[in-house]
Amino acid sequence: MTDNAPAVVPPKSGFLGRNRETLLRTLIPICVVICLVFLWQFIITVNSIPQYILPGPLAVANSLYNDWGTLSPALWVTTQITMQALALALIGGVGIAIFLVQSKWIETAFYPITVILQVTPIVAIAPLILIYAPTTQVALLICAFLVAFFPILSNMVQGLKSVDHNLLNLYDLYGASRWQTLLYLKLPSSLPYFMTGLRIGGGLALIAAVVAEFAAGSAGAGSGLAFRLLESQYRLNIPRLFAALVLLSLLGVVIFAITSFISWFFLHRWHESSLKREN
Amino acid sequence: MSTSQAPLIPAPGDARKRPLVVMRSVSKMFSSGTLALSDMSLTVEGGEFVSLLGPSGCGKSTALRIIAGLGDVSTGTIDWPSSRINSKGLPEGDISFVFQEPTLMPWQTVFGNVYLPLKLRGVSKSAAREEIMKTLATVGLQDFADAYPRELSGGMKMRVSIARALVTKPKLLLMDEPFAALDEITRQKLNDDVLRLWRETGITVIFVTHSVFESAYLSNRIVVMKARPGRVHADFPLKTSMSRDAHYRTSEDYRQACEKVSNMLLEAIGGEEH
Repeated sequence: MTDNAPAVVPPKSGFLGRNRETLLRTLIPICVVICLVFLWQFIITVNSIPQYILPGPLAVANSLYNDWGTLSPALWVTTQITMQALALALIGGVGIAIFLVQSKWIETAFYPITVILQVTPIVAIAPLILIYAPTTQVALLICAFLVAFFPILSNMVQGLKSVDHNLLNLYDLYGASRWQTLLYLKLPSSLPYFMTGLRIGGGLALIAAVVAEFAAGSAGAGSGLAFRLLESQYRLNIPRLFAALVLLSLLGVVIFAITSFISWFFLHRWHESSLKREN
Repeated sequence: MSTSQAPLIPAPGDARKRPLVVMRSVSKMFSSGTLALSDMSLTVEGGEFVSLLGPSGCGKSTALRIIAGLGDVSTGTIDWPSSRINSKGLPEGDISFVFQEPTLMPWQTVFGNVYLPLKLRGVSKSAAREEIMKTLATVGLQDFADAYPRELSGGMKMRVSIARALVTKPKLLLMDEPFAALDEITRQKLNDDVLRLWRETGITVIFVTHSVFESAYLSNRIVVMKARPGRVHADFPLKTSMSRDAHYRTSEDYRQACEKVSNMLLEAIGGEEH
């Protein structure tokens, strides 16, 4: 039997000793950000730059607090559109990928269409979607969906086609049905590709939701952060523009964190991408 | 020990000596136009340990895959006289295959990988548990049921692959250069394990290799193949009164066997260059 004794690692003493690297990895970026914010405020104060050109971090924080009543519903609208679009893109992307790889002919027939749709800049068809969609919200959803959908589709197609040939032979040998091969082999095997699609798609869904709203320019109760951003610009309320921007960044970070966590959760036990190198 | 064709008609009365698989004049042409196998006939009897030995390109792996039903024959037939045949002409559940790579699913534990053939047959996990643990014990991996393949060494992964092949209790085990990628020490250990499993279970083994020493150590019959096109050059039994273990490796019997196999292989390779 090959020996499986774990390598002897000299234990470091105390909490700080054990988690030193993790702590540093968290603290250093936080310190850098804090320093930059201080520098920003310092430059503003020293040069007395007016707020309508560049507001300082204090002014932005102030606006974030005072305008929360306007910004929070907008944040919620953008979050909803992004998440709904991503969910639809996941279902659609995976479903269509499974359909496309069923046979060489189906793929030959349909894949070029999906590529054409993918390479078309989505902003260019946003005006069309606005005409056809029953409400602006639906139009935004369709735009965000279309953008998030393709990376998931193409990654999934790639994943479904990259299954180990010997494992496919093995399944054949044991008389596995098409359904069993899909469920037990092809889907789990393409999970890493799916996760890549999910991470890219999550980021793109937010970008598309913002861009589509710029194009739509909707107003009223159902408007998202992008509209608030434009509105603040027209009114020269630059601190609020920055506040909306901060919220959009935070939303992006949260989406990135969630998708990265999902990816880690499903892959860390077995996939190379989630493993530490052991040398 | 003389070069002879294996008898097509088995001796009556001996259950183990019944033909398990009969290849008759099998040829295989790839779509690229390469003739991978030409007019190959081979009868393997129950309980035999047959090595298919030859230079690369001699079609030994192709022959093995054809027997497993991975790919059709171009001409000729393959019969399974003592098995029940399914709709694809294969004795389902009677054959297992061990590839050159361990071919494990990285997202499944050792247990999950060995469970696969039973899962595909619709056996529930709880019903399969005992059989899986028993099979893992025969390859010495009972303590690693919950490990993932990436946590195992190359030799251990190969053992999982062998356990997966044995869990269905097949009649015929097909091995395609299974230990070619392993180091010499691991390889010898696994050779001994395969021999032990073969003796204990009475399973029939067809073993593809390009190693003279491996085939001389393991098999009680050797089929030497020739390349371009792939065909049988020689087919002879290897008999020894000794048990095949560490002592056998240093014995005169083994030396003679190696010499004979080596000469046959040289003949087969030499024949290419006329």
